[in-house]
Amino acid sequence: MGDLLLQAVVYLAAAVICVPVAKKLGMGSVLGYLSAGIVIGPFLLGFIGEEGKDIMHFAEFGVVMMLFLVGLELEPEAFWRMRRQVLGVGSAQLLGTAFVCAAAFMAQGVEPRTSVAVGLALAMSSTAIALQSLKEKGLMGTAAGRQSFAVLLFQDIAVIPILALLPLLAKTPATVSGHDGSYLSHQPGFVQTLAVVAAVALVVAVGRFVVVPALRVVAKTRLRELFSASALLIVVATALLMEKVGLSPALGTFLAGVVLATSEFKHELESDLEPFKGLLLGLFFMGVGASIDFRLIASEPVQVALLTGGVVAIKLVILLGLGKRHGLSLDQNLVFSLGLSQVGEFAFVLFAFIAQLGLMDQALAGTLMAVTALSMALTPLLVLFHERVIQPRLGPSRAPGRAPDEVEEKHRVIIAGFSHFGSTVGRFLRANGVEATILDSDSDRVDLLRRMGFKVYYGDATRADLMHSAGASDAHILISAVDGLAETKAVVETAKRHFPHLQLLVRARHRFDAYELMDLGIKDAYRDHLDTSIRVGVDVLRMLGHRAHSAHRAGQQFREYDEAGLARLAPLRHDMKDYISSVRELIALQEQLLASDRGREPGSGDHAWDSEELREVLGKN
Amino acid sequence: MRDLYELYPDFNINTAAEQEALLAHDVVVFHHPLYWYSAPPLMKQWIDLVLAFGWAYGPGGTALRGKTAFHVLTTGGPEAAYQPDGFHGSTLAEFLRPLERTMTLCGMTWLPPFAVHGTHRKTDSELEAAGSQYARLLEGLASGDLQVADLKSMDLLNDAVPLG
Repeated sequence: MGDLLLQAVVYLAAAVICVPVAKKLGMGSVLGYLSAGIVIGPFLLGFIGEEGKDIMHFAEFGVVMMLFLVGLELEPEAFWRMRRQVLGVGSAQLLGTAFVCAAAFMAQGVEPRTSVAVGLALAMSSTAIALQSLKEKGLMGTAAGRQSFAVLLFQDIAVIPILALLPLLAKTPATVSGHDGSYLSHQPGFVQTLAVVAAVALVVAVGRFVVVPALRVVAKTRLRELFSASALLIVVATALLMEKVGLSPALGTFLAGVVLATSEFKHELESDLEPFKGLLLGLFFMGVGASIDFRLIASEPVQVALLTGGVVAIKLVILLGLGKRHGLSLDQNLVFSLGLSQVGEFAFVLFAFIAQLGLMDQALAGTLMAVTALSMALTPLLVLFHERVIQPRLGPSRAPGRAPDEVEEKHRVIIAGFSHFGSTVGRFLRANGVEATILDSDSDRVDLLRRMGFKVYYGDATRADLMHSAGASDAHILISAVDGLAETKAVVETAKRHFPHLQLLVRARHRFDAYELMDLGIKDAYRDHLDTSIRVGVDVLRMLGHRAHSAHRAGQQFREYDEAGLARLAPLRHDMKDYISSVRELIALQEQLLASDRGREPGSGDHAWDSEELREVLGKN
Repeated sequence: MRDLYELYPDFNINTAAEQEALLAHDVVVFHHPLYWYSAPPLMKQWIDLVLAFGWAYGPGGTALRGKTAFHVLTTGGPEAAYQPDGFHGSTLAEFLRPLERTMTLCGMTWLPPFAVHGTHRKTDSELEAAGSQYARLLEGLASGDLQVADLKSMDLLNDAVPLG
């Protein structure tokens, strides 16, 4: 127990110290975690030794979670639209890189079988590093982001045939394929295929027909930790199933994510899993940092440096060519190519497997693993170099945030609370072509509204993490249409603290709620009844024979005075006596103003030229 | 009779309903006081929205072709003020020229206005008399006793139905 706590303290402290420093220096969190790993690793402080590799194996689950989260953000139609990109760019990258790497090794006199195996392993890129950097910089929605994702997804799919293929390369057929825990590895091919298809179908069916209703039940308990547990269960169970049929767990959870992307729990799942994913990925990067074998590098520095440089250069050139062929601008192409130029975490597994198959000796495997880790550490530095040195020379108009192929995928308006009030606002906006992200914390209502065709998400707008996954960082306007005052205040406070850039439009039940909101700095709260009551008044005036346009303008005028009066009364409300006398004064003043508007200012009626008055004046002349 | 300020107090004109009403009639009469030598704002808004491109004018804009249009208006100043040598320096027909062109562009026959002048100084009985004079004009147009072709050359339609 003590040992475990000590370990936890070492990892957490290293992360807490190194990551903010890296961020402060303008480097991404990935580089921070990597350097934290190097610092606590066996070659510097030595807090952790060989167990770094075990930690890494465990922490790879962070990648699995990340793929689930990526899937959540990708709706099935969007995924389907990507298929050509995945197959086209993905296959070209994998086969091209593997071919060139294999040829290079053969030219160095390495045996052809070994060269092919190593080439395939080196063609892999790191999902963890590439996606984490892209997400951190908000580049997932750009052309470069989508293309990177397509390549990574193809690599994930390709893992299955590669694992099947490697034993065929071995001189003696492999007796065990020990590293994967698949039940089916000894079954004939068609059984394995059938199992894979069945597992995928199971994920889709369960996701659609079991998980969503189950989550509704869980949501109704209103126990937040239970929802987190459910979210973890979904990911872990999917990963387990995939592992058992020999598929990549990351691919499986990605699929599960896509299935759940259209459900109302999308944002809730995202915000519940986000911290787990972040911690595990951090742990993973630290593991990579700790596993860099500096002794090996020190003993043959030239060979390791040449190999690392060569592999990264080959990958870069092929990626740049692909990016160019698929119409990426130079800036986007560099984001894409540099981001994927490392050898991925999956290569660790493949190298171990290749060595186990007798295709290469342990020394070469060790060197290649060092190359892999180094190339992973190199990526954040290359990206940094691009940001600081290359990008500024390309000119500001090419900055990634403004690239023309940037697609705004989040909505600019968020509506919190979708009762009658919120839904009216939402319907009005939608009728005018403005889509909003809608959150509601009543799971029954969410269910009902979804059946009526509204895209409503279950979620509590008073939680900053949830607001974040609903896109509050990119949105412009937040409409608070939740019911009670306490909840409204919580929504306002969360938004003001965490998303101060948001323009807030806040519903208040009545003037006393409005006063409270004014104390929070909300200048104009929208009172539920105000416009409706005035409309009734206007209609009464018309029924009593007033001209419609005069009544309409009187109503507008009244509202203006009333809102102005609200601001004046707000600070006085605590002293009831003072308040009442002020209200009386103000009402008298309002009536006087309205009356004098009618009399003195002809423009307030519908006749700009008031005949009565003209007659009067002319009569005197 | 479509009382625009009553129908559209918020200026939100129902274009389709207005166009339907225009199609159902041969003669369009604009009733309004003369505000700064022109129509009141809601009537201008009505013209902008209802006489739409492709419907009232432009390619395929033939909906109003052959109809007749004229204004019935009240002025504060006396008739003598609306003369070339009068206070305002121009006749009513001249002041209404932009509106005239609007209607002729839509293929309508433009008639001179029927005007009640100097309303601020009119007695009730004088207003009554003007009212019945206007009624005779409408009856004459409806029965065919008054022909549009004969009215075109007049200064004011008041001349077609002289006060008794």
